[in-house]
Amino acid sequence: MSVINYASREINCKIVYYGPGLGGKTTNLEHVYARVAPDTRGKLISLATENERTLFFDFLPVDLGTIRGFKTRFHLYTVPGQVYYNASRKLILKGVDGVVFVADSQVERQEANVEAMQNLYDNMAEYGYDITRMPFVIQYNKRDLPNAAPIDELDQLLNPGFEVVDPARQRQMTDPNNPSRLLVEQLPTGEWVERVPSVEAVAVAGDGVFDTLKAVSKLVLKSLASSS
Amino acid sequence: MSRASHWSFTQDDADNISRILMNFLQETNSRSALLVDRSGQLVTTVGEQPQFDATAFATLAAADFSANDQLAKLIGETDFTTLFHQGERDSMYVADVARRLILVVLFDQRTTLGLVRLRLKAAVNDLNAVFTRPQEPQPADFGASHLLAGAEDDIDRLFS
Repeated sequence: MSVINYASREINCKIVYYGPGLGGKTTNLEHVYARVAPDTRGKLISLATENERTLFFDFLPVDLGTIRGFKTRFHLYTVPGQVYYNASRKLILKGVDGVVFVADSQVERQEANVEAMQNLYDNMAEYGYDITRMPFVIQYNKRDLPNAAPIDELDQLLNPGFEVVDPARQRQMTDPNNPSRLLVEQLPTGEWVERVPSVEAVAVAGDGVFDTLKAVSKLVLKSLASSS
Repeated sequence: MSRASHWSFTQDDADNISRILMNFLQETNSRSALLVDRSGQLVTTVGEQPQFDATAFATLAAADFSANDQLAKLIGETDFTTLFHQGERDSMYVADVARRLILVVLFDQRTTLGLVRLRLKAAVNDLNAVFTRPQEPQPADFGASHLLAGAEDDIDRLFS
């Protein structure tokens, strides 16, 4: 839930990094923390276990610039990826404005990816949020590993697309992050589908981390601009 | 795009909230009161300006309250409407406001838990009244849609 503070001239938005355990969600935040100017970010807070697994969440506020005299401040959260922390994971989704799903590209982690994606849909639905109509970006992380699955395969599993019913939206649209891919397209069956924008990443090296953050924050601001 | 529900309050509401909280702080000799929304965003601070990172504080307070809410459900309660954290010098008392916000009161030895608890009930009731009355239709120049209307180019530039 975005909060506009007219007194301090700030727009505050909440972005949650979701995904399977050990997929790189915390690494994304750590990279953002290390790379942005100290005066544009707050403290990185990690509620983690002794062996650095996220117990509750990580939190990092960052300012991404000014629009019309208002500072755009994004509160980045990660959730614990491990399955048995679902209760805490769900709490973090409360009031979310945009979601990043950090998928682990390794072939062996496909089941964990699918399970986490299903869990995201379920938890969002329990709050009454429709994730197919919210700012949502998928990051395919760990692209440098030799056992990384091909993007098409990952798309089929995690981003098969949802049906586009509105005739006005039934026209081809390319992914702004990757012009060679289509976000909205007509399948051979005649059905129109829309996929979520995706970014390839190697979060430990920082590749794709800011592209992901930019993609989701831009969607959040644009959705605020078009909301009534 | 549909988003999570949002709400807003007017200048009158903001003045009312400040007045209620200032009165409460004076009556109890507490140091400061922070109003935080349930998603972890700081709404306002009244009294002594906190010397700590208020953004981080708001996030952790909301998480703390939400976690306790779930604990309550597990033991068969609908919720814990208040929480108390006792420190050596400073303590905090946390209360639900209209199921949307969390009021965090910071106080030290200049007052007592009993007095804070006693007066807080009335303050929370007054705040509930502000937040539960039906929202008046907002003027067209209010909120994010107006603020960012036609700002697509500005948004694109921000990320170019």
